[in-house]
Amino acid sequence: MAGLEHILREHAFFAACPEDQIALVAGCARNHRFDPGQYLFREGDPANEFFLIRHGKVALEIAAPAQSPIVISTLGEGEIVGASWLLPPYRWTSDARAVELVRAVGIDAACLRGKCEADHHLGYEMMKRFAPILVKRLNATRLQILNVYGKR
Amino acid sequence: MPLLTAAAQIDPFVPQLYKVAHVRRELSDVVTLEIKPSQGSRPSYAPGQFNMLYAFGIGEIAISISGDGTDSTGFVHTVRDVGAVSRAIAALDIGATLGVRGPFGTEWPVTAAEGSDILIIAGGLGLAPLRPAITHVLANRARYGRVAILFGCRHPEDILFHDQLAAWRGRLDIAVEVTVDHADSNWHGHVGVVPALIPRVSFSPHDTVALVCGPEIMMRFTANALRDAGVASNQIYLSMERNMKCAIGLCGHCQFGPTFVCKDGPVMRFDRIERLLTLREI
Amino acid sequence: MSEDCRNRAMSQNVSEPATTSSDGTALPVRAAAAVISRDGLQALIDALAADHCVLGPTVRDGAIVYDEIAKLSQLPAGWTDNQDAGRYRLERRADDALFGFAVGPESWKRFLHPPVETLWTARRDNDGFSIEAPSVTRRKFAFIGVRACEIHAMAIQDKVFLAGAYADPGYGSRRRDAFIVAVNCAEAGGTCFCVSMGTGPQAESGFDLALTELHDGSRHDFLVEVGSDEGASLLSRLPQRRADDADLEAAAAVIAQTRSQMGRTLDTDGIKDLLQTNANHPRWDDVAARCLTCGNCTMVCPTCFCTTVEDHSDLAGATAERVRKWDSCFTLDFSYLHGGSVRQSGSARYRQWITHKLASWIDQFGTSGCVGCGRCITWCPVGIDITEEAAAIRAHPTSGGQHGGT
Repeated sequence: MAGLEHILREHAFFAACPEDQIALVAGCARNHRFDPGQYLFREGDPANEFFLIRHGKVALEIAAPAQSPIVISTLGEGEIVGASWLLPPYRWTSDARAVELVRAVGIDAACLRGKCEADHHLGYEMMKRFAPILVKRLNATRLQILNVYGKR
Repeated sequence: MPLLTAAAQIDPFVPQLYKVAHVRRELSDVVTLEIKPSQGSRPSYAPGQFNMLYAFGIGEIAISISGDGTDSTGFVHTVRDVGAVSRAIAALDIGATLGVRGPFGTEWPVTAAEGSDILIIAGGLGLAPLRPAITHVLANRARYGRVAILFGCRHPEDILFHDQLAAWRGRLDIAVEVTVDHADSNWHGHVGVVPALIPRVSFSPHDTVALVCGPEIMMRFTANALRDAGVASNQIYLSMERNMKCAIGLCGHCQFGPTFVCKDGPVMRFDRIERLLTLREI
Repeated sequence: MSEDCRNRAMSQNVSEPATTSSDGTALPVRAAAAVISRDGLQALIDALAADHCVLGPTVRDGAIVYDEIAKLSQLPAGWTDNQDAGRYRLERRADDALFGFAVGPESWKRFLHPPVETLWTARRDNDGFSIEAPSVTRRKFAFIGVRACEIHAMAIQDKVFLAGAYADPGYGSRRRDAFIVAVNCAEAGGTCFCVSMGTGPQAESGFDLALTELHDGSRHDFLVEVGSDEGASLLSRLPQRRADDADLEAAAAVIAQTRSQMGRTLDTDGIKDLLQTNANHPRWDDVAARCLTCGNCTMVCPTCFCTTVEDHSDLAGATAERVRKWDSCFTLDFSYLHGGSVRQSGSARYRQWITHKLASWIDQFGTSGCVGCGRCITWCPVGIDITEEAAAIRAHPTSGGQHGGT
């Protein structure tokens, strides 16, 4: 547990997070290792865990018939993978594939949701950490779909 | 009659003649031309400046100088065929003649940035005007702090100067990150927009100079992301593009608010144009 | 400088040679003013015609335009121009004054900065092609009847074409060689506002000779002031007499009268910031609903300098040339940028024009681009009035749309 708390404290997502809350989250955490090509999760599966990447690169993909999967974005060290655990029906909306060896901490979704419900201070803290990331990714997606490099 | 300042003796409207010495196809619609003066030596230039290239009977366009430092006797220009003139220029063969006026415009602040960390951020063809700056920084590597090159484009097959990026990436004294907006699972690099690369490299925000070139929207998003990361607006430089005809501030076409992009730019400090960038149709 | 102060300064110039202009730069020592008759004016034209192309106002196609003149009879004697927004009519005067009008649709810009100019020609040869600048067949111009606002317009175009890192050589040589005979305005037009812009109605410098037409029932003469050595030399060869106090008073009265007749006013106080911080003002859409984006205002403006270039080749592809032509920021193509135009809407194009003219010009060249000649108002087919549009922004400024100067 102390090891996981240390890892969480060092991760950018939990920067300057109060110790007591780190301890609460650490109670839901476990270490993961994904080999290149291994999937962290698949579209449609229950979103029962989200990941803090400590090392390596993860590709979020959407598969389509008769073509290679389309990569929506890649995520790396210091970033988080997965937001579907926050909102019902708690199912993944894309595949997440390890592009290279990935070391990550997984946070059990049901466990963390339960603690957030029980402790709204923790819930609010988690929301404050998630919301900016979601907004930033929304803005990046806007830029991405503008196709700024294309000829007009 | 009135006492007027003596005008410059040379006629700035008349092009000098150059010949194509080398052609390299970079992408399906992009070529790099090395051109040499038909007579005499070429004028000196600073990273960030541009020339006006003239195709016989067709017209003239502004193209940034994209030399990589090996072009001591000529100019290097990377041209994408998007219009009549650029198509004609991009189609020139070795030995063909073209007209050149320049170099014109402001430069990347590579000297002023000495001692600082440097972030060079390019989108698409925006890597071309930055290549002379990159070359300068790498040739004088010891004068700078940390150096990072962040490059983004649409697809993996649109990566400009691919081999050179790979070579820079092989150096141990600079960070190079490449991302694409769209890719399939055969691409093993980053997928996402250029600003998203900024947190992936280390630099001291308070002592960093950022040089940004790419489509205007990409530069706007990037400049905002740099500021979010703590880089001051007056340490961020963008290379702007507007309709240039004369390149010397006499024809009025390239006005961008109170500035002339041809002579107050193309390289402009973000804090000086920040409000213009969000004004529509300015 | 107050009006009184200006008048005093003028009298001093006349009685004692002035050594500095109002902006402190050295001026040639002025000889005392003289008086010439109409015959003297003809002698002036004759003397200039020896080695100049002499241009002056003349009536053509229902307007007073500038064209080659040889005889006084070609001047618009007894004509005046009735001007208002979107309106210009020549009318008969009760007298036969030669300069009893304001300004017509043309300015001297068309001679110094011609509407069409070949910059160079290129020829195919065995080794690709060669380029040659056009052989210079330079005509020295002499302009008769240059108004104070037009002298200021030339000074503004001098800053544009000659003061930067690169000069326009053609403009430079034409400008340097031009002999300028100013005429102080005896009649303000209905769209004139030079007093607001500080550019008239009296020509204070920038001329070789300046005339004031002195015309009442008993006389028809011209007070002549000297603005350059060349002007002094020419004047010395004309039949003349020394001006007396009565002549000077009569001339001062003409100018004072004109000064009080301005058809329009424009409040220039803080105008740069006013326009630059109101880029998103609803008035731009209002004016765009009236504006035809025809570009008339830019063509008649004596300071508008924008040009485009056209590249042509012959059918055989053996020769090519580059021709420079006046262009207008009201055209869609003006701001074309691979694939589209930056300024698509009429409101953006009108905003560009007036903001450039009255505001960004100050950033770019240290002076307003407007001299208050009123041509853009008169020749607008729908009567859009630059003074009215500026006043409308001033009446209800918005804080949005900040737009930074450099």
